[in-house]
Amino acid sequence: MTQYAIRRILYSIPVIFGILVVTFIMARAIPGDPCKAMLGEKASAEVCERFNREQGLDKPIPVQFGVYMKNIFSGDFGDSIRYSRPVAKILLERLPTTIELGLIALILAIMVGIPAGVIAAVRRNTAVDVGVMIAANTGVSMPVYWLGLLLAYLFALVLKDTPFWLPPSGRISAGLSATPFFEVFQWGIVEGSGIYNFLEFFANMYIFNSIISGNWEVLGDVIKHLILPAVALSTIPLAIIARMTRSSMLEVLRQDYIRTARAKGLFERFVILKHAFRNALLPVITIIGLQVGTLFAGAVLTETIFGFAGVGRMLFEAITARDFPIVQGFTVVIAVGYVAVNLLVDLSYVFIDPRIRLD
Amino acid sequence: MTTKIELLPNDSATDYRTNSLFRLTMRRIVRQRSAIIGGTILLFLVLVAIFAPAIAPFDPNFVLIGHEDIKRRSDPCIHLLGCPEDQPQHILGTDGNVRDVFSRVVFGTRISLMIGFTTVGFAILVGTLLGSLGGFLGGWIDNLIMRIMDVLLAFPSLLLAIAIVAVLGHGLQNALLAIGIVSIPVYARVVRASVLSVKEQEFVSASRALGGSPMHVLFRRILPNAIPPLIVQGTLGIATAILDAAALSFLGLGAQPPTAEWGTMLGTERNQVFTAPHLVFYPGLAIMITVLAFNLLGDGLRDAIDPRLKN
Repeated sequence: MTQYAIRRILYSIPVIFGILVVTFIMARAIPGDPCKAMLGEKASAEVCERFNREQGLDKPIPVQFGVYMKNIFSGDFGDSIRYSRPVAKILLERLPTTIELGLIALILAIMVGIPAGVIAAVRRNTAVDVGVMIAANTGVSMPVYWLGLLLAYLFALVLKDTPFWLPPSGRISAGLSATPFFEVFQWGIVEGSGIYNFLEFFANMYIFNSIISGNWEVLGDVIKHLILPAVALSTIPLAIIARMTRSSMLEVLRQDYIRTARAKGLFERFVILKHAFRNALLPVITIIGLQVGTLFAGAVLTETIFGFAGVGRMLFEAITARDFPIVQGFTVVIAVGYVAVNLLVDLSYVFIDPRIRLD
Repeated sequence: MTTKIELLPNDSATDYRTNSLFRLTMRRIVRQRSAIIGGTILLFLVLVAIFAPAIAPFDPNFVLIGHEDIKRRSDPCIHLLGCPEDQPQHILGTDGNVRDVFSRVVFGTRISLMIGFTTVGFAILVGTLLGSLGGFLGGWIDNLIMRIMDVLLAFPSLLLAIAIVAVLGHGLQNALLAIGIVSIPVYARVVRASVLSVKEQEFVSASRALGGSPMHVLFRRILPNAIPPLIVQGTLGIATAILDAAALSFLGLGAQPPTAEWGTMLGTERNQVFTAPHLVFYPGLAIMITVLAFNLLGDGLRDAIDPRLKN
């Protein structure tokens, strides 16, 4: 078991190194003069000279790479050109929004996708199965931004003046504010200190913050704002999870041990949940891990539509403004996060599949 | 006692024909409902793309101001469904620049199919080259190629495509290149796996023993085995490529206005969703139907040709 974990962790190191190399190359592959690409065509020679010196672009490539690696490992992603602020700081401010949205979307996808897949497999070739599969195939083919816009139209306009009305944009209504829990409890933490930044990260997850601080009005409002983007973002992962669960369940339900379990006279529900579902779970968990990538990419689109100030929208704005330090920093963090989540998923197999534990 | 031996009605030539791999595969594909539905929709879309100039009543970029008495972003008007006769007929309405939305959606089929086939064609070509080289030669070349592929797979594909376009600059050509690049690893892996599974088999050894050059062995004996999984993966890949390209265009990073590309159409009119929802609805529906067609066809082909790919 330990050997498996160590092997898997070691395997991730070259991949993470590769990610850093790719993002480094990417920033240097800007066609033409990188200074003019970032600061605009009108940037003078003096300004460009200073910019190149500040960014280290006047040094040989291997030296630039060394500096880049050193900076990354010390959490320094450089300064944003547009905001003249450290990219790491912006990232820490924006990441909680995306994590909250992504987590809710993922929970939704799992809570609906897995039962739908199990039911479709158990009732194979019935109307329920056909219905689930049609919905899943449609869901997986649907552009997330299109669904988001349609949901906004339906719930914000068509259902206006009904109890089903939902806000089409933003994280919280005007007039309400999510005061950080450490300020509510008057912990007296100095602004800008390490502990402040750490706690602020969690306080920026509004659902978590309002539960901790017991602000139920804000909680209700935040959830209302989250429903549409989370539903839009969860559609593709939900469809993929449902398809994979069905296919994995069908595979397991054909096995001899399921027939044996039934022959023993066990209740069908017990056979399905205890014998079949547990064994069908492994490929489903792999797929769930891979959905984190879909969620991050989908966040760029969903946050842009629903006006969420998260990492995805920031990345889009940075690309439009050609703010490469942000693009580079955000790409590194998202890719490394994606690798880390998949590493955790792989390590979780040890607890789910005894064969790996014994290997 | 005599034994009567009856000859089978088929002669050997007919037998060979009826049992050919191609016919067997086709028979299996025809039995897949999803492949038939997907294939039919796709055929329809291909016909729409080919005959777009005949189907569309207007040029996709033709601005109607000065030609018709019509407002910007006017609602769909179909005379048969009760729209007044004195109003010009635009079955999907007009957009913000007073262009016929139906014509733009019809011409958009060409661009979307072109995007799908071009990006996946490019990715299959490069992926096959890399995967076959890695699988066939093995050793450090294989290790190097596959580690690079692992790194590319470590990025969420749309995100990597966005980052590449951010570097190369906005535009359809760069978007196609970006989507092509991020799609390569999947095909490289599929081809490598096929090469590895057959390269030690007897028919390959026999080909070598008969004096076949490494290129001959690779291209004539080994690679044909990679074609079925490539077809399946390619069909599903086209769906993803169309979806990603439309997303890039929606964000303003892919096809640029006035190109009649579905993602661009959605992106430029997205702020009008509350006042003119038809401008958002129809291009999105077109994307969904096209992607669904490729997904259904890909699923059906997979079940018919290579069910192992299912998981």
